[in-house]
Amino acid sequence: MDLERFCATSRVVIVAGKGGVGKTTVTAALATAAARTGMSVLIVEVEGKSGLASCFGEAALTYEEAELRPGVRARTLTPDDALLEYLDDHGMRRISKRLSRSGALDVVATAVPGMRDILVLGKVKQLERANVADVIILDAPAAGHAVSFLLSARGLLDAVRVGAINRQAAEVVELLSDPSRCQVMLVTLPEETPVNELIETAYTIEDRAGVALGPIVVNSCVPPLGTAGGALRDEDGVRADALAVGLTLEDGEVRALADAASFRDDLARRQAEQCARLAERLPLPQLRLPYFFTADVGSAEIEILADELSVGIASLDDLAAR
Amino acid sequence: MTAIADLVHQRHILICCGTGGVGKTTTAATLAIEGARRGRDTVVVTIDPAKRLANTLGLEHLSNTPREIPRDIWDPARDATPGGHLHAMMLDTETTFDQLVETYALDGEQAQRILENRFYRNIAGALSGTQEYMAMEKLYELHDRGGFDLIVVDTPPTRHALDFLDAPRRLTRMLDNRVFRLLMVPTRTTLRVGTMAAQAFLRTISRVVGTEPVDDVVAFFRAFEGMEEGFRDRAAEVMKLLAADETAFVLITSPRRDAVEEAEYFAQRLADGEFAVDALVVNRVHIHYWGVAPDVLRARALELGAEPGDAAARLALRYENLAEFEDVAGRERRELAGLEERIGDASVAHVPELGHDVHDFTALRAVADHLLAAG
Repeated sequence: MDLERFCATSRVVIVAGKGGVGKTTVTAALATAAARTGMSVLIVEVEGKSGLASCFGEAALTYEEAELRPGVRARTLTPDDALLEYLDDHGMRRISKRLSRSGALDVVATAVPGMRDILVLGKVKQLERANVADVIILDAPAAGHAVSFLLSARGLLDAVRVGAINRQAAEVVELLSDPSRCQVMLVTLPEETPVNELIETAYTIEDRAGVALGPIVVNSCVPPLGTAGGALRDEDGVRADALAVGLTLEDGEVRALADAASFRDDLARRQAEQCARLAERLPLPQLRLPYFFTADVGSAEIEILADELSVGIASLDDLAAR
Repeated sequence: MTAIADLVHQRHILICCGTGGVGKTTTAATLAIEGARRGRDTVVVTIDPAKRLANTLGLEHLSNTPREIPRDIWDPARDATPGGHLHAMMLDTETTFDQLVETYALDGEQAQRILENRFYRNIAGALSGTQEYMAMEKLYELHDRGGFDLIVVDTPPTRHALDFLDAPRRLTRMLDNRVFRLLMVPTRTTLRVGTMAAQAFLRTISRVVGTEPVDDVVAFFRAFEGMEEGFRDRAAEVMKLLAADETAFVLITSPRRDAVEEAEYFAQRLADGEFAVDALVVNRVHIHYWGVAPDVLRARALELGAEPGDAAARLALRYENLAEFEDVAGRERRELAGLEERIGDASVAHVPELGHDVHDFTALRAVADHLLAAG
């Protein structure tokens, strides 16, 4: 499937995963890949603080849209912003000021669990309906909160049966459960605990939130060391190869070369095992992104990751056909 | 500066804090095992351990009270100092909160009214900050009544994991909320006007969220009346315990840039509250294999790559690979430099990337060796 068709599948893509797996990096790479095909992209960041802007070498995001690269705009959307805007839109500007000033906002939000999430998702739905961009990518909250974030609309429908918030929740459920409008891309690392947590999250999201899952992104994959990784790891091999090219190496150097090769070999193998386990337990295609040894992720690395995503997505059809 | 080994040996409370996914629970478990091995009666309070670590600690079944872990498991070779015990428990936020309400309610009827209130259930189950608050409440209870020598507490893996520092304050602030307080005293004439304004305000809120939640809130605040004092006093006691000399803060991070940034934020939050970081644990650090600059190694890889033959090609690959890991190790140390400077004379332990998940006692012992080697 080419990237354009993939992004046209649903206008809203929610990128979710536990903290530290590189959700924000994936968001930036996906946005870049989509923008390259000529689509307009809006990134919505819901937690206020993330490294998203710095991935593009830009200053921190605000509630106002900013262009991060040609075709990619981004903004934040915190629950408090969303609530104040909601009240303004519904002719309740006066109480919106009082709500935030008196601290009653906390009380109301506690009385109606999930209200903050509904307000954010409701605003996303409004953006989607207003055709503000070809693709809207939502950098979802971290950890277990991603699940409650997506479940909140259904929960709220049960808890609050009347009022404006109920209507809002119903519209959010409609958006989330329509695969032609919204899909979730889960991100993980090729390690045991993150993979276990991803599997659990995936089933919860599909079964209970009724949201369609896109491909899984496995981030920070270390490529094996050549085709003969296993053959590079022992010290005798290092010495023999050095002799063959006329070099005599000190013991420390031999050990360093062998240890680093062993570490890489073990790491790549363990990661491959985790990817295989994930594929076995969760029948969804995987998009694997490389680990960067040399640098933290900046705009140059985002371009490389966007290449990888484009290639990975292009091969999705073949996977599905198999 | 106090070495981590001495903290484990001498202090009464160790609070492990840090952002999610950096090995906080593993570190807490390691410190607790070490405490027990040194002959101390130890308990570790975990928040949400990964399944296999939970199995190791005997926590397959959720339990809000400490359970003793058989000595055979944590001292298989029987070489630990005698007299130690190891207990573990998993924090159950809702049960802990319920018990707190029962403690401070004037009578059983008041407790019942609160526990059944839907708004209260939302606070106990979902309010951000509640988990942090209850972790501290549990800590206080174990300190007050448990009779343990050493209490090791894991803190919740939320971004604002240090909210426990002001969680008690946040809750009392909510209980003090003016709008809702006015509703509880509708009979006092002096507050008549305020009450009417509050009523109008609530009617408007009802238009948005419906009347039920508003009724729940009002009922909750009415039911809660008279209990605030107890809660406030307890919060003050908890803060005093956190500030005591017998309590130590262990900050945990990984060397990734985002984790280090969070750790710096935690260090600042602690400093703002006039708490000191007593130890810094950096998990999953890549080691320097040799200490030769990556550029030099890459140049050698290039030279070898230009030579004919498989041996030269294999050797070039090895140099290139070594350069990559030396790069990673160097970058991690640069990321950490600022943080290590900020925390002053706290002791610092680097635990190397072990290449596998740590979930059995053998692996936990390996982590312990690195932790305790730190000066």
